[in-house]
Amino acid sequence: MADTRTITVNVNGEVHTNTINVRKNLIDYLRDDLGFTGSHVGCEHGVCGACTLDINGETVRSCLMLAVQADGTAITTIEGLADNGVAGDLKKSFAEKNALQCGYCTPGMLASAIEYINAGGNADKDKIRRHISGNYCRCTGYQAIVEAIYSVAENGGN
Amino acid sequence: MKAASFLYELPEDLNTALQLLNSSDIDVLPLAGGQSLMPMMNFRVSQPDLLVDLNKIDSLKKIDSDSNSIKIGSMVKYSDMEKSDLIKEKIPLINNVIPFVAHSAIRNRGTIGGSIALADPAAEFPSLLVSLDATIELMNIKGTREVKSEDFFTGIFETDRKTNELVTSINIPINKSPKKFGFYEITRRHGDYAMAGAFVTTDGDKKEFSNSRVVLFAVSTKPLRIIDIEVFLNGNLLNDVSVQENAIDIINGYEFEGDLHNDTEAKKTYAKVSLKRALGELNG
Amino acid sequence: MTGPRFDFDKPGKYIGQPTKRGDTKRLLRGRGKYVDDLTLPRMLHAAFLRSPVAHGKILSIDITEAKKVNGVIRIFKGSDFIDVVKPYVGVLSHLAGLRSPPQMPIAIDRVLWQGEPVAMVVATSRAIAEDAVSLIEMDLEELPAATNMETALDKEEPIIHSEYDSNLSWERTVDVGDVEEVYKRDDVTIVEKQFRFGRHTGVPLEARSIIANYDPSENQLDVYYSGQAPHMMQNIYSKHLNIPEENVRVISQDVGGAFGIKIHTYGDEFAATAVAKIMERPIKFIADRYESFMTDIHARDHVVNGKMAVSKDGKILAIEFSDITGIGPFSMYPRTSAIEANQILNLTGGPYVVPNYRANSRVVFQNKNMMCQYRAVGHPVAMAICDGLVEEAAAAINMDSVELRKLNLIKDNAYPTTTASGLKLDDLSHHKAINKLVEMMDYEKLKDENNKLRNEGVHRGIGFVSMIEITNPSPAFYGVGGAHIASQDGATIRLGAGGGIHVSSSVTEQGQGTNAILAQIAADVFGVNIDMVQVTTGDTKTTPYGGGAWASRGAGIGGEAVYLAAEALKDQVLDIASVMLQSKPEDLNISDGNVVDIGSDDNRISLSDLARTVYYRGNELPSDMPLELIATRHYRVTDMPFVFTNAAMAAHIELDVETGIIKVLNFWAVEDCGRVINPMLVDEQIRGGVVQGIGSALYEECLYSDEGQLLNVTLADYLVPMAAEMPEIHVAHIETPTKTSVLGAKGAGEAGTGGAPAAIINAVNNALRPLGVTNFQIPMTPNRMLETLKAANFK
Repeated sequence: MADTRTITVNVNGEVHTNTINVRKNLIDYLRDDLGFTGSHVGCEHGVCGACTLDINGETVRSCLMLAVQADGTAITTIEGLADNGVAGDLKKSFAEKNALQCGYCTPGMLASAIEYINAGGNADKDKIRRHISGNYCRCTGYQAIVEAIYSVAENGGN
Repeated sequence: MKAASFLYELPEDLNTALQLLNSSDIDVLPLAGGQSLMPMMNFRVSQPDLLVDLNKIDSLKKIDSDSNSIKIGSMVKYSDMEKSDLIKEKIPLINNVIPFVAHSAIRNRGTIGGSIALADPAAEFPSLLVSLDATIELMNIKGTREVKSEDFFTGIFETDRKTNELVTSINIPINKSPKKFGFYEITRRHGDYAMAGAFVTTDGDKKEFSNSRVVLFAVSTKPLRIIDIEVFLNGNLLNDVSVQENAIDIINGYEFEGDLHNDTEAKKTYAKVSLKRALGELNG
Repeated sequence: MTGPRFDFDKPGKYIGQPTKRGDTKRLLRGRGKYVDDLTLPRMLHAAFLRSPVAHGKILSIDITEAKKVNGVIRIFKGSDFIDVVKPYVGVLSHLAGLRSPPQMPIAIDRVLWQGEPVAMVVATSRAIAEDAVSLIEMDLEELPAATNMETALDKEEPIIHSEYDSNLSWERTVDVGDVEEVYKRDDVTIVEKQFRFGRHTGVPLEARSIIANYDPSENQLDVYYSGQAPHMMQNIYSKHLNIPEENVRVISQDVGGAFGIKIHTYGDEFAATAVAKIMERPIKFIADRYESFMTDIHARDHVVNGKMAVSKDGKILAIEFSDITGIGPFSMYPRTSAIEANQILNLTGGPYVVPNYRANSRVVFQNKNMMCQYRAVGHPVAMAICDGLVEEAAAAINMDSVELRKLNLIKDNAYPTTTASGLKLDDLSHHKAINKLVEMMDYEKLKDENNKLRNEGVHRGIGFVSMIEITNPSPAFYGVGGAHIASQDGATIRLGAGGGIHVSSSVTEQGQGTNAILAQIAADVFGVNIDMVQVTTGDTKTTPYGGGAWASRGAGIGGEAVYLAAEALKDQVLDIASVMLQSKPEDLNISDGNVVDIGSDDNRISLSDLARTVYYRGNELPSDMPLELIATRHYRVTDMPFVFTNAAMAAHIELDVETGIIKVLNFWAVEDCGRVINPMLVDEQIRGGVVQGIGSALYEECLYSDEGQLLNVTLADYLVPMAAEMPEIHVAHIETPTKTSVLGAKGAGEAGTGGAPAAIINAVNNALRPLGVTNFQIPMTPNRMLETLKAANFK
């Protein structure tokens, strides 16, 4: 039994091996140990959605996952999102609709939006609203975010 | 808000996990999806000495069935159940309820075993399982035992599980035609823990209530099965409005638990409304 | 003035257009620079032991065990700051009689609210610092607490500050005309209601964050701060840490939302900064969510007994109310905690002709977290009181509330005018706004629909608000009262050698899009493509001196400074160009990055060529030619204390009478913020503000036990509005430019938050009234609705 452990993760295509304290959350490991500060800490209890990111193709709350649990996984943070495809379309659409103000919820919001489109989510504003209802945004009032996702969904998701 | 220090083990088989859980001199907690335990650890409300991570134990991640039941491994995630055709076909109620459980990023990690071992009285799954008459399988190093879901939940965050035991699977009986069901929950925001909710299940092939179950959640310290209502309903037509009204009146005889935002009286009202609407769903 | 002025009558290339924000590029690629993203060499992390009780005497603090934790560097108690920090006092001289005792960053012998810092651990990581905090042994003697603001002035209540005779911090009464005379008339209808507003907080997604670093070799303090007013903080750190102002640099890079939360002096941030000076190395403090709920300023906790008298034909004859509010144990520094009450006294009834007005507010100390200015300070309360009474009065005399509003709203051609409370108003458009609103929402049709649905058991309501918003404040807000808070702002614009311009401005950006609108103004007025404009804000070392972001002043004041600086730089360029081109400055203009002939628009010289000539080949210019290609201009509002905006808003709600749950079906806002510089950004300010207002009306409340324990310290228990429940918000504009500036822009940041609660409250009561009940307490929780509905009469 130990309170440290060595892990290897692939973050945005880079492979990292580190020995870390087992109590460290994934978000703190990404930010403090690897310098991927694009994902944000909002509540550290899994409610605000700011730290939502993609692990092996699924969204997770990186404040509710130990870094050691990410051993052997492939992680995509906002820094690793492509400028084309679904992620690229969403980024473009977010900029056009001003679907972000302070930008703090944006990494988590984009992760949820990508998940929605990739799962075949259609251009239905109520469904989009429900899907992103685990991501808190204090600035926008959500409408611009919903419209940004909607316009990508409307164009067939890609 | 950082977790206190702990030791960590990641066993790859069930026996090792059970051995670790059997330590009597230190405080050991199993880690399933972590969607409730991790926040409690971050708040330092929970400070285990040793965390036994169950995520590498593949034997707990299976969904199996035979002619009588579906067996869901305790480490099956909400998102796995959501994708399971077997569940969709045999127990559609589960499929209907999952979208109401938190949000997708939570469902991608949260497990059925973790949810019921936590036994949050406001959560959907404990009551859902009682409404389906599920059985909980528990293991420790000495062996296996089964507990009826109804007996498993004993209070707020309290279950029949001993500290050296693990929930290993949930067995849900299946019928020739799936149970008919009604489900309604009252929340102020989508994905929140409910202010109140109700499950009604009844045999799928009859026009009358038969072998019905009525279970309320988020209004008591644990899933609240109301046998009086079940007895009253059985034999009556599903769509008889006066029967429904009388069934709801039975709730008046019960006491309810308030919460931070709702007093006991409001909870009683929500209990009645959610039962009424669940009965309505049954016919819808 | 040598060249031609910018012509606002022609459609601008950027001003008035929904230009995209340049900042989104960075933020959408995870390249933002928030405080917590920054790591400095030898940086240490702070965590705080906080008071577990509302009131107590500190008997002892034992740090023996805590100090033993590996990684703990030092632990500070309150007394460690006595020689380092000069105490601060949250009073302003223009709020006559306001009193509050001196404060220190960390409690010394007494704790006065749950959450007050008592000790600070400095360690190599936040986790280790927290480990040590949990090992500090504190012995407290719990003292009786005064927590309930409504009884805080009672004789039996403990007096929190023994130097005072009561728990009163401030009281003000406004008495205009004679309300008593009105009440005596037999032809008036009087309505009375009690309004209760819950304690709210701002919940920016990025919590309060700070990194302070001190270099003793130069006596230099650098503070990276997630906040709104760098120059204000520079002054405060200088004054209270005894460092010359010039040696304090405060930097705000990306800020993850602020909303008025991040413009105050917090003990934990102050302690972190003081410790950086003591330890001579960088200290990072990032509040966690638990600390945010407990210690970010709260706001809006008001109980108001309101009364309105109207004539039979619907003329408002009098408004009267008494307000009480509890602000915690101190008035917050430096803005004070009396401003919200003062705003309520000033603003209530402001949209209307109110011949008789009497209002009183009492601001009391209590043993709870402190209250202070949060987005739309006082507005939600003032608008809810007046427009709530307007709807009550309309119902009482059986008149449509829109009709009653139209009868009483100050006429659009009646400006300038002064309100009952003495506010100077100009350039407002209440009638245009409400007319556009009812047309936009198809009010008559909606009313019919509601009536039909009511017969089917569906209970819907429509609620309105006509409002004013304080924007573009002059020194009358704080400066006159002695606070070192700038109400003027400055802009410097420099022409680069590549032909682009660099704008640095003292207003700040927290996501509103300030940088974008400054770039739009600079690009249009100076005459370059917006891609050639760089904007710097949020750094006391590199920007002109100014106020930052508060009271919706970025566009109106910061924008005007940029306008003036852009014109000045243009003059410099055209003077130089005229010499180079043997032309007259008034015959030249700048367009698309080139100096052109006016009229023909023929290119004469590119800005880059001009700049390179000046910068590299000065020998080609006459020896007496001024070489400045940089201009700084400052702007303040001089003609008025404030520049008000107006808006009319409406909410459409459905009340589930079985559960008490309210669903907002639709929301409309017609807003007049003068010249709209960027309609997309203004709409987004309105929408975000409206949702924040809906949050306060339906969900948000800091719940305390009678003993002063905050009961909801998680985002699972303090409910904020999320996407699924929020309506579409339809926004339209009236543009009545303010005459106080050339640009004519007023603020738009707070109207939504200020108006939405009243619209929601009124909509819910519109649904309730046919059932014979009303409720004026927010948040309108399902439980509260069920209580109200108990007395309902369902036919």
